[in-house]
Amino acid sequence: MSEKKYSKQHEWISIEGDIATVGITKHAAEMLGDVVFVELPEKGKSVEKEGQAGVVESTKAANDVYTPITGEITETNQSIADDPATVNKDPEGAAWFFKIKIKNKSELENLMSKADYDKFAKENSN
Amino acid sequence: MGVQKTALYDFHKNLGAKFVPFAGYEMPIQYKDGIVKEHIDTRQSAGFFDVSHMGQLFLSKNDSLEECLEKIIPLDFKEIKKNQSKYSFLINNKGGVIDDLIITRVEGGFNIILNAACKNNDIKEIEKCLKPEHKHELRKDLSLIALQGPKSESILNSIINGVKKLKFMNGGCFEFEGKKIYITRSGYTGEDGFEISVPNIKAENFTKILSNKGVKPIGLGARDTLRLEAGLCLYGHELNQDINPIQANLEWAISKKRREEGGFNGWEKINQDLQNGASKIRVGIRPSGRIIAREGTKIFSSEGEEIGVITSGTFGPSVNSPVAMGYIKSKFSEINNKILLEIREKKYDAVVSKLPFYKKSYVK
Repeated sequence: MSEKKYSKQHEWISIEGDIATVGITKHAAEMLGDVVFVELPEKGKSVEKEGQAGVVESTKAANDVYTPITGEITETNQSIADDPATVNKDPEGAAWFFKIKIKNKSELENLMSKADYDKFAKENSN
Repeated sequence: MGVQKTALYDFHKNLGAKFVPFAGYEMPIQYKDGIVKEHIDTRQSAGFFDVSHMGQLFLSKNDSLEECLEKIIPLDFKEIKKNQSKYSFLINNKGGVIDDLIITRVEGGFNIILNAACKNNDIKEIEKCLKPEHKHELRKDLSLIALQGPKSESILNSIINGVKKLKFMNGGCFEFEGKKIYITRSGYTGEDGFEISVPNIKAENFTKILSNKGVKPIGLGARDTLRLEAGLCLYGHELNQDINPIQANLEWAISKKRREEGGFNGWEKINQDLQNGASKIRVGIRPSGRIIAREGTKIFSSEGEEIGVITSGTFGPSVNSPVAMGYIKSKFSEINNKILLEIREKKYDAVVSKLPFYKKSYVK
């Protein structure tokens, strides 16, 4: 059974063994509005915790996507680049952004549970 | 001065609007359906837009009024028939655009529609050209509602009988619930449509009727994607005090007689560009793939020379591709010319495109 956690930069991360799957939260997708462009990180790239790992754009603006943890990108989801609207339809399912090989498991400890994130998102959405 | 609200603020709120501050007003950026759906609804059916933040300036008729206005507005006022609207500008001494506007000759004078962010300065600039006997009034008692889309004519005519007779860029006086209203056939989306000037006290009633007839509320977000697909300029982006109408590729908005004879602010500079061609010019740009070029994106030639900058860019929901406008050196402005866009430190292919991106369907 995978474990799901949340970051303050509005990403979700689902952990299965050494590999984690990352996407943007339903709250983030709602705040963005209609997603019309997705840029994915390069496969094989090493990324640092809270570093930029993709871009998501609505008709209004471009926003960076960050990685909640340090590691190497092992896979990216080309289907959301081809059909960005998936990010609005199923942000925490089909519209995952990338998979990352976890470098330091202790980084996971500082991430939020769903209940904590929901509270955080509510407080931060004016 | 605090943030201002239009007469329809509460109505928008009840419709689920998300507000943003815009030119000193709290304006709806979008409603529940979101920008893409609002955009498509306008193109396929009809949408209404609250544009009451824009200035409605009334100038009272006077013998020397037209002569004075011709100093700052490069139109041949004798050409403007009663109830006819013209798109033009307020021009500064360098030939730059102080604001773009729609002017309509009405009973007793002229109505000028001004951009919200510019209107107070515009009035100061217009006053510089007027004489003490010229009376003008910024009509804060009136709201302005745009109705746009292919179903606009039949819907509006069912409320206000006779509007279907109006031709594009023409207007007329009508009556709504016992109050005089003024309607022009115009808009900012590339669709057929109307702009309805209605007393604030009747604005909500009028808009409610539109809403009950299935017209969707449309926010500033979709207004921007619609006008961009239609290749229309937005002041502060494609137009500013340092850009002249020739560079903006809007030569047609200066009357032929005025182009030849001048006699308005900045004509010398404008005439130079008319004679020799402008060194830079506004063009449409289509980025390849789905990459979006936002305002400020640098433009390069295929040889790598920096040749211009993007002034507006988004994803066009109706053309289903990214669209942009920008200024580039004129020698690179040929349609289908290949250019490069620098986005997040990478170069992407793009081509110069004809405008509009989306074909208009005005009623002539």
